[in-house]
Amino acid sequence: MPILAVNRLTKYFGGLTAVYNVNMELEEHELVGLIGPNGAGKTTIFNLLTGIHEPSSGTITLARDGKSIALQKLKPHEICNAGVTRTFQNIRLFKDLTVLDNVRIAMHKNIGYGLVSGLFRLPLFGREEKAILEKSAELLNIFNLLDKKDELAKNLSYGDQRRLEIARALATKPVLLLLDEPAAGMNPVETTQLAELICWIREYFKLTILLIEHDMSLVMKICERIYVLNYGLVIAHGTPDEIRTNKQVIEAYLGEDVGNGNA
Amino acid sequence: MARLLKTNWVKKSLALILTYAVIQLLISTNILGGYYQDTLVTICINIILAVSLNLITGFTGQFSLGHAGFMSIGAYTCAIVVLRYQTLPSFILGVFLAALTAAIVGFLVGLPTLRLRGDYLAIATLGMAEIIKNVFLNLDKITNGAAGLSGIPQFINWFWLFVFTAGTVLLILNFVNSSHGRACISIREDEIAAEAMGVNTTKYKVIAFIIGAACAGVAGAIYASYFYFIQPTLFGFLKSIDILVIVVFGGLGSISGSVIAAVVLALISTYLQAFSEIRMVLYAVLLVVIMIFRPQGLMGSKEVSLAVLGKLGGLFRDRKERV
Repeated sequence: MPILAVNRLTKYFGGLTAVYNVNMELEEHELVGLIGPNGAGKTTIFNLLTGIHEPSSGTITLARDGKSIALQKLKPHEICNAGVTRTFQNIRLFKDLTVLDNVRIAMHKNIGYGLVSGLFRLPLFGREEKAILEKSAELLNIFNLLDKKDELAKNLSYGDQRRLEIARALATKPVLLLLDEPAAGMNPVETTQLAELICWIREYFKLTILLIEHDMSLVMKICERIYVLNYGLVIAHGTPDEIRTNKQVIEAYLGEDVGNGNA
Repeated sequence: MARLLKTNWVKKSLALILTYAVIQLLISTNILGGYYQDTLVTICINIILAVSLNLITGFTGQFSLGHAGFMSIGAYTCAIVVLRYQTLPSFILGVFLAALTAAIVGFLVGLPTLRLRGDYLAIATLGMAEIIKNVFLNLDKITNGAAGLSGIPQFINWFWLFVFTAGTVLLILNFVNSSHGRACISIREDEIAAEAMGVNTTKYKVIAFIIGAACAGVAGAIYASYFYFIQPTLFGFLKSIDILVIVVFGGLGSISGSVIAAVVLALISTYLQAFSEIRMVLYAVLLVVIMIFRPQGLMGSKEVSLAVLGKLGGLFRDRKERV
């Protein structure tokens, strides 16, 4: 059973069809790429998967612990609780909070004390806060951000902000991680490091990853399968090699009649 | 013993006991006379109101213009209880009932209105406070309408005033420094990101609203018990604005800022009594000047901590040694 099954997913914004009849399946532990020209509907699919937009029709099913959960009617925080988290194309950190607080907020859904313990500082509060602090430090250490834990998120370098966003997403303990253009604005060296990091976190956290990316070399190098989107439709899917030679994909990216020389 | 003194809560308790004792001494020796005691009560009430509104507006980022409405609910609840049963225990019960009723109204109002954002929420909460005021104006049998309730027995003294003020401030301080409080702050920072990170934003907005309303209810109860007399018009739009001014002046998202601002503004307005004709003009001019030079408020979103006070003490010692 695939961990994520998207069936005939459609989204209209007024008269505009942003996503039409998209079918997608992700097996557990897979690293899948989602590519397409600008405006193809990639981020809209992420917004549908994470509940920021409600689908016009179609279903999204997450399989977890032998149960299947229908995501299409859930609110964003419920989808996060079900085990799907994301990063954003235009970084959406809590800018005026510290690096540590950014991660701690993402751990909120798993805290073990209630409102009363928090208000009156009961012993449970101290124990749980200590545990959260340790877990956050561990996570930040993985991303080389531990020595910057008391800095405000907005003061981090661009690459650090991107990595903090991934760290924050992982703090929610997801089974499926959606990365929206994580390499945007990075130089080739940073992109290579990011590719290694993505592969490494997949192994370490036992994740399934869906990746939107414009950097073709990155996608071709690390993804096992690729879906290609154009005008809201899936025009091709397959392994990187199959996609590279797919006629429709080349047309979508470079325009028609390339072969005839009169494009 | 030295190690015990270093633990945070011991330091905090000592600071609190010291504040209590010093002011108690000033009152018993009559250095702090009747008029200044009125100012003291006003300061404490304003501290509770400002800190609780700061939780809603400064920390959770929900712009509310209806705080006086919750205060009036607390004031009337406590007044009605105390007028019927004139004993100290019933006053204490009255304060808790005041918090409870204000919290319930906060829940009922918050659930539908907190779906609105920014300006729309401000207008909705403003309307809510006006509705509460009009309900009190028209419930003649219970609230005595526009004439208000008078002759409320005075049970509040410095001890109870201190207990309720310190209690609510500590409670809110604990809240904003807990995981639940961080969830509220994340809503202010970026609501969509907060949702995507698993924070139930509606739930936490309503929780902040309920806690804020309950504390405003306590402030109202203290007001009714100290000043003998309440009427609906005391808790109008202008009162809500007064509270908001304290919060903005102290710094959105700073508890110590709200406390300091409540004290400073009360002192300014007390000393301006000497120029009664132009008092409000001077007060307004001062506010404008302060906001020009400190638009983020006195404290911004920072807090005064005991560590800072310790450092100041250190500086002081260094200077002494040098001399």
